[in-house]
Amino acid sequence: MGLKLYLDLLSQPCRAVYIFAKKNGIPFQLHTVDLLKGQHVSEQFLQLNCQRKVPVLKDGNFVLTESSAILIYLSSKYQVADHWYPADLQARARVHEYLGWHTDNIRGIFGVPLWTKVLGPLIGTQIPEEKVERNRKNMFESLQRLEEKFFGDGTFLTGYQVTVADLMCLEELMQPVALGYNLFEGRPQLTAWRARVEEFLGANLCQQAHGRILSIQEQAAKNTLPVPYPEVQSRMMLRIARIP
Amino acid sequence: MVLELYLDLLSQPCRAIYIFAKKNGIPFQMHTVDLRKGEHLSDAFAQVNPVKKVPAMKDNDFTLSESVAILLYLTHKYKVPDHWYPQDLQARARVDEYLAWQHTTLRRSCLRALWHKVMFPVFLGEQVPSETLAATLAELDVNLRVLEDKFLQDKAFLVGPHISLADLVAITEVMHVVAAPSLKGIPSWLPGTIELRQWWERSSSVRPMRSS
Repeated sequence: MGLKLYLDLLSQPCRAVYIFAKKNGIPFQLHTVDLLKGQHVSEQFLQLNCQRKVPVLKDGNFVLTESSAILIYLSSKYQVADHWYPADLQARARVHEYLGWHTDNIRGIFGVPLWTKVLGPLIGTQIPEEKVERNRKNMFESLQRLEEKFFGDGTFLTGYQVTVADLMCLEELMQPVALGYNLFEGRPQLTAWRARVEEFLGANLCQQAHGRILSIQEQAAKNTLPVPYPEVQSRMMLRIARIP
Repeated sequence: MVLELYLDLLSQPCRAIYIFAKKNGIPFQMHTVDLRKGEHLSDAFAQVNPVKKVPAMKDNDFTLSESVAILLYLTHKYKVPDHWYPQDLQARARVDEYLAWQHTTLRRSCLRALWHKVMFPVFLGEQVPSETLAATLAELDVNLRVLEDKFLQDKAFLVGPHISLADLVAITEVMHVVAAPSLKGIPSWLPGTIELRQWWERSSSVRPMRSS
């Protein structure tokens, strides 16, 4: 029984896990958990993760949630190249420092545009313009802080080589980019960093990972997205209510 | 030069680091950064942490922020007993999983509960609307249930039979609402079952409750 990854590539942390596994040639069985179709609230998925969230890893009988925990687990188990999660005490500390900062400053903020532009309207909910604008402002302030704190020494977020930190960050930023926000305009450092990460990952892998999120707005415009059923919609409303 | 820790024990993550360092006999110089006096906003502190937050650590020229990063740094550098952050891959993953989960859930709930139940009304003289307080406590209840049902279950500690970083971080969060001034012991309004309270007792008995 091999490694299984339960993912929806609509989700930023899922993409980080997917890219990591693919780039490192880690063999896994992909189980797509289609969030729009409510597959995360099925009885079957509930058995796997009572929190009804993706990503989830299943390695034999061992089930693991939380993308950063999954990335670290995969790094250690499959003995990937050291740069991803360096053994060096200080280099590793810098990765954890980024991951902690990421949770407060990036996570929860950059995912909002998908809700305001696609998921809210999909269930007939318009998020007030004031909230859209506040989110836009929050994103730009976060990017400012990101550049100030992590773009000093080094060509990547925590040093001179790609780490899991770069993956987590890139995938969050891809979310609003896919929804038409020009986050990178006027930010040459950020643009150069993104180019370096994507070059390292390779165009094919980026296309594979980003295809779903990049096409979501078009699908919404063409009305080809599945309309979530009531139980999923009420969960979506709860998430929408948390948008500041 | 000895390790320097920049902490305010009013802050949950600072307490976790303080307790961890003390319990493991890690020598350090304590720098209190009094948040209520705004000391975290000083230029001097900005040299240590430009983000102006506690906790922060300085090990000779190496400065570090973010509590989990600091705890893991201390774990690896000072080679503490294995149970804090086990070598075993799966046991370690469980600690990582908890540390990641708690950041946006229990941490947020405990902070909001303290502010809405105590800090605003008692210290700032501002009443919090009852719907807001109810929503905050409901969210805390949800997160405590996840703590019990997903993490603790029937184990003695969050990831197994021994205390780990997960328990330390959890307990310093939960005590934010439990040990607030004007409240004695575990208040009745704090949601939680018998199992949760027993875990609290076990965790408290493993570590020093006060600084030595």
